[in-house]
Amino acid sequence: MPELRRLLSYMGPYRRDALLGALAVTLETSIELIIPLLMARIIDEGIVERDLGIVFSQGALMLVCALVSLALGLAYARFAARVAMGLGANLRQAEYEKIQTFAFGNIDRYQTSSLVTRLTTDITVIQNAVSNGFRPMIRGPVILLMGLFYACSMNMELAGVFFVVLPALAVALGLITFRVLPLYRTLQASMDDLNGAVQEDLTAMRAVKAYVREDHERNVFAHVNGALGKRSTTTFSTAVLNVPMHQLAMYTTATLVLWIGGNMIVAGRLTVGELTSFMSYVLQIMNSLMMISNVFLLLTRALTSVRRVGEVLDEKPELALPAPDRAIAAVPDGSIEFRHVDFKYSAGAESNVLDDIDLTIPAGATVGILGGTGSGKSSLVQLICRLYDPSAGTVLVGGHDVRDYDLPALRDAVGIVLQNNVLFSGTIRDNLRWGAPEAADSELLHACELACADEFLGRIGGLDGVLGQGGAGVSGGQKQRLCIARTLLKHPRVMIFDDSTSAVDMATDAKIRANLASLSDVTCITIAQRITSVMDADLIVVLNDGRVHACGTHDELLAHDTIYQEIYASQMEHAQAEAAAPADTPAAEGGERDAR
Amino acid sequence: MPAKTTARARPKNLRHTLARLLAYMGHAKLSLLVVAVLVSISAVANLVGTYMVRPVVNALEQGRPEDLPGLCIFTAVVYALGMLSALGYTQTMVRAAQKVVYDIRRDLFSHIQRLPLSYFDRTRTGDVMSFFTNDVDTVAEALNNSFANLVQALIQMVGTMIILFVLNWQLTLITVVCDIILACYIKYSGSRSGRFFAAQQNALGSLDGYVEEMVSGQKVVKVFNHEAANVAEFTERNEELRVAGTSAQSYAATMVPATVCIGYANYAIVAVVGAVLAINGMVDVGALASYVVFVRQAAMPINQFTSLGNFLLNALAGAERLFGAMEMEPEVDGGTVTLVPTGERSWAWKIPDGMGVGAYGKLVPVDGDAAAGDAAVVPADVPASASGALAQSTARAADGTVVATGLIPLRGDVRFHDVDFGYVPDTLVLKNLNLFAKPGQKIAFVGSTGAGKTTITNLINRFYEIDGGEITYDGIDVRNIAKADLRRSLGIVLQETHLFTGTIADNIRFGKLDATDEEVRAAAEAACADSFIRRLPQGYDTMVTADGANLSQGQRQLLAIARVAVADPPVLILDEATSSIDTRTEKLIERGMDRIMEGRTTFMIAHRLSTVRNADAIMVLEHGKIIERGTHEQLLALHGEYWELYQGLKELD
Repeated sequence: MPELRRLLSYMGPYRRDALLGALAVTLETSIELIIPLLMARIIDEGIVERDLGIVFSQGALMLVCALVSLALGLAYARFAARVAMGLGANLRQAEYEKIQTFAFGNIDRYQTSSLVTRLTTDITVIQNAVSNGFRPMIRGPVILLMGLFYACSMNMELAGVFFVVLPALAVALGLITFRVLPLYRTLQASMDDLNGAVQEDLTAMRAVKAYVREDHERNVFAHVNGALGKRSTTTFSTAVLNVPMHQLAMYTTATLVLWIGGNMIVAGRLTVGELTSFMSYVLQIMNSLMMISNVFLLLTRALTSVRRVGEVLDEKPELALPAPDRAIAAVPDGSIEFRHVDFKYSAGAESNVLDDIDLTIPAGATVGILGGTGSGKSSLVQLICRLYDPSAGTVLVGGHDVRDYDLPALRDAVGIVLQNNVLFSGTIRDNLRWGAPEAADSELLHACELACADEFLGRIGGLDGVLGQGGAGVSGGQKQRLCIARTLLKHPRVMIFDDSTSAVDMATDAKIRANLASLSDVTCITIAQRITSVMDADLIVVLNDGRVHACGTHDELLAHDTIYQEIYASQMEHAQAEAAAPADTPAAEGGERDAR
Repeated sequence: MPAKTTARARPKNLRHTLARLLAYMGHAKLSLLVVAVLVSISAVANLVGTYMVRPVVNALEQGRPEDLPGLCIFTAVVYALGMLSALGYTQTMVRAAQKVVYDIRRDLFSHIQRLPLSYFDRTRTGDVMSFFTNDVDTVAEALNNSFANLVQALIQMVGTMIILFVLNWQLTLITVVCDIILACYIKYSGSRSGRFFAAQQNALGSLDGYVEEMVSGQKVVKVFNHEAANVAEFTERNEELRVAGTSAQSYAATMVPATVCIGYANYAIVAVVGAVLAINGMVDVGALASYVVFVRQAAMPINQFTSLGNFLLNALAGAERLFGAMEMEPEVDGGTVTLVPTGERSWAWKIPDGMGVGAYGKLVPVDGDAAAGDAAVVPADVPASASGALAQSTARAADGTVVATGLIPLRGDVRFHDVDFGYVPDTLVLKNLNLFAKPGQKIAFVGSTGAGKTTITNLINRFYEIDGGEITYDGIDVRNIAKADLRRSLGIVLQETHLFTGTIADNIRFGKLDATDEEVRAAAEAACADSFIRRLPQGYDTMVTADGANLSQGQRQLLAIARVAVADPPVLILDEATSSIDTRTEKLIERGMDRIMEGRTTFMIAHRLSTVRNADAIMVLEHGKIIERGTHEQLLALHGEYWELYQGLKELD
C-alpha cells in the first residue's frame, strides 16, 4: 500500500519511538502468552502433585508478569502517543510547507475549506487511527505467531487444527475484503453527493426561502439521502460478514480441539491442564485475527484521509523555478513587455482567458486597464509578477523573461495589490511589516500617508491597533488603503492595483493617485471600474474577451474606440444629463476633474 | 472550516439525548428487537460453548469417555446456533442502523429548511455541514457497531459473572473485588484526563485558527514572499500541539495497561487460591480449569465497556448537536391569509371566513351580521383601506369598525408603519421607519453598508420578524399572511447569484417548478438572457456546474433575472442585483431589468446611483433612518447627502 509507505516515510525521528513502542507491545504480549503456561503448571504440577510450593511460585511469577506488563504498557503508551502525535505534526508540517510552495494555479485547484480540512481533520483522523491501531497492529500478529508457536510446541497434533482452519478463514476474509473495497469507494462518492447537496442548499438558503423552495430542496435531499442509505447498506452488510465468518472459524476450532483433545486425554497423550491452556490459545489466536481485521478496517477508514493529505503533498508546484545559480537576482527597471501572450488557467480549458496579447510599457509609465467583468484584466496583470505562467508567449519585466528571475526577487520588485485582498490578525504594524519586515515606524507612517490611510489610523488605534481574523475591524475602504500602504512598503519598481480602490471615495482615490504619481521611476498599472481612475494615465488598455481591443490615451480612445465610448457613456451619462440641466450644481464630471 | 475535532466531547444532557436517540431507534423497533434476541442467543451460545470444557474434562477425569462424542456434538450445535445468530443480527443491524440514520438525516435536513435566516447568519456553513458529515457519521458508526456489541458485552458480563458464581462463589468474590478496583480506577482516570485534553484542545484551536486564516490569505502570502515567516509561526504552533497532544494521548493510553495489569493480578490470585482449594479437595480440577478460562473472559467485556463507553459518549455528543439543531426554533408563520388565483394572471388574498382586515392590517373577527350595505362603502372611507386594503366586500368588527373580508386583490401595495427592528435584541437597526410603495412604484434605497437597506427588504418577505410597528401588504399585516404565499408573491434578485447543479432550464425553473419550456424561454427572453443561452454548447440543456463557474458574472445575473421573470411576482426586490457587474454589462442587462420591472412594485437597493435615477422615490438611509427621500431631482436640489454621493464627494462603502 503506497499510503502506508507514505505514513512510514513521514515518521522521521519518531521511528525510534515506533520501534521501542512495538518492542514494548511485543514483550507485553509475550508475557500474556506465558500466563497460560504458568497456569498449566499450577494445575498439572501443583494440584495434581499437590505441591503448594509450585502453586505459590507460579502465582508469584504471574504477579510479576502483571507488574512487568504494566510497566511495559505504560512505556508503550508514551511511545505510541509520541509516534501518533509526532507523525501528525510531521505530516501537517510537510503539508503546510508544501502549500507555501503552491503557485496560484495550485491554490485555485483547491477550495480554501478543503485545504483547511486536509490540514486539520484529516490529520486528526490519521493520528487517531495510528494511536488506536498501533497496539492491535503489533499485538495481533505477535499473538497469532506466538500463540501458534506455543500451541505447536505444546502439542503438534492438536495444533494441526489451526493449519486447516486458518487458511480457510484467510481465504474467506480475503474474499470479503476484495468485495468491500470497491464498495467503499462508491460509498464515498454517495457521501460526496450528499454533502454537495447540503452545501448547495446552505449557500443558496436565501434563494430557497425567497422562492419557497424548501420542499423542492427536501426532494433533492431525499434522493441523495436514499442513495447513500442504499449504498451504505450494501457496503456494510458485506463488510459485517466477517463477524460470523470469524465465529465459524473460532467455533470450529474449539469444537475440534475439544473432540480431538478429549480423545487424546482418553488415550493418555494429553493432560487436562494442557487441554485447558490449549483452549485459551484457541481463544487468543482467534481474537488476534479479529484484531487484525479490525485494524484493517480502522486503517481503511483513515486511508481516505491519507489519500487526501497525499494529494496535497504530491501536488506539483506549477511554476518551474530557474536554477538558483542562473536566476537573475535583481530587476533592473520597471519596463514591461507582453509578446504574443496566450493564457488559460488550466491546460484542459476550452478557450484562452488571454489571447495573443502584445503590449509594451516603458519604465515609469502610468497605465490604466479597463474592460468588462471576465475580460481578462486580472489575469493580465497577474502574469507580470508571475503568479501564473502564460501558456504561450513571453512576459518580460526589466528586459528579462519573468521565468528567468529568482521568484522572490521578481515579486519584491513587482508589487501587486490584489482584488480580494486580506489583512491578518495582529497589529496594524505587524500587517504593514509584511511589506518591509525591518521598517521603522516613521517609514510605516509615511506609506500610510501616501495611501491616505493616515486619516483614519488614529481612530483604529494607530500602528498598535489590533485587527481580528482576516483583518476584521476596519471597513472595506480602510482595508484597501492599508493594503496599498503594505505594498508601497516593498518599494517596488512596478506597482499593480487590481481594482484596489473600489470602496474608496473618489476624492481620496484621486489623492492616492496623485501621491503615487509623485513616486519617481515606478511603473504604475491600475485596473479600475471607474473611468475617472484611469483617465489621465499615459496609456489606457481596453480589454475585451481576453484581447487588447484598443490602446491609447483617454482622448485617442474617446475618439476612436467603441467600447471605451460605451463605458464612458455608461458612467458619464448622469453627469452629462446633469450638466445639461439648469440646476446650479457643478457637473459631476467637472467636479471630479477639479478634485485632481 | 475548522472541524469539530473535540476528542472527548461529553454530551451535556445525556438523558434527553439518549431519549431522543431511542425514539429514533424506535423507528426500527422490530429489527432492533430481532437484533437483541439474536445477540443474546449468540452471546449465550458463546458462554455455553466455553463452559463445555468443564463437562468434557470432568467426564474424562471420571472415566466416562463414552460421553465425549455427545458432549462434542452438543457443543457444535450450540456453536452453530451462535454463528447463525451472529450472521442474522449483523445483517439486521446494518439495515436497522441505516434506516435510523436515514431518518435522522432526513429530519435534520427538513428541519434546517424551516430555520429562520437569523440562524444561518450566526452559524457558519461549515458548522452545519459538519452535522451531516461528522455528527451523523459518529452516530451511524455507533449504531452500526456499538448497539450489538453493547448488548453482547452486557450479556457476556452478566453471564460470565453468573457462571463464575455457579462454578465457585468464593473465588468469584476475588474477581468482584478486582472489578470494583478496576471500575474505580477508570472513573478516577477519566476525571483526571480532562485537564490534558483541554490543553490539547486549546493548542488545536490555536493551530486551526492560524491555518484557516493563512490558507484563506495564501495568495497574499505569496505576493509578499512571506512563506518562510509563515512556516516559522506554523512550526511553533504545530510543536505546541504535538507536545500537548502527546501528554493527553499518553495519559489516555495508560488505561489499557492498567486494566490489563489488574486483570492479570486477578487471574494470578484466583489461580493460587483455586489451586489451594483444589489441593484441599474443595473444588474439582475441571471446575478450576474452566473457571480460569472464564476469569480471563470476565476481564474482556470490562475492557470493551471502557472503549465502547468512550465511543458511545462521543456519538451521543454528536447526537446531542444534531438534536440541538433539530430543536432550534423554526421560523414563525401563523399567517392565515392565503393567495388564490382569480384569473389568468391575477391573484387575490383570501381572508379566512369569519375574519376581516382592519386598521394597520390587523386580523379581527367579524361581528356576525355582515351588513349588506357596507359593501357600498367607498374603500377610502374604510379604516382597512387606510393601510392599503382594497376590499371587495366588507363587514363590521365587534367594535363597529368596517373591515375588509373575502378576497382582496393582489396589487403590490407595501407600507411600513413605525417599524423597529434589530438583528440582536437591544440593538435596533431600523428605528421608527415609515414608508409606502403604491402598486407599480419603483422605490430605491441608497446608503452605505450597514445603513439598513437590505434589512428593509428582508422584512417585507419576513426573513426576519420586526420588533415593533407593522408592515402591511395590500393592507394586510404581513404576519397574517401565510409565509409561503407571501414569499411567492415577492420576487427577489440577490447580489450573489446562487445557481444549482442542473441545466440552465432547471435553474430558471427554480422560480416556478412547473413552468413549461415555453414559459422558461419566454422568461429568458424577457430577461435578455435568451441570446446568450442559445449560444451555449447545449443551449437550455447546458449543465451548470456547482457555482456556475462556466458562466460569466453577467450571465449568471441574467439567469437570476430570468428566474424572477418566470415566477412572475407582483412585487420585485432587487438587492444590489447589478453591483458585481461592470457598468458596460450593466447597461446591457438594464433593458432586461426594465422590462421585468414594468408594472410591478419594485424595491431596489443599488450600489451605483446611476441605476436608481428614474425611481419614483429614492430613500437615503443612514444608521437605520431615512434621512432624505424624494425623486432624483428633488434630492439633488436638496444639496444634502444624496448630492454629496452623486458628486463623488463620498463613497458608498
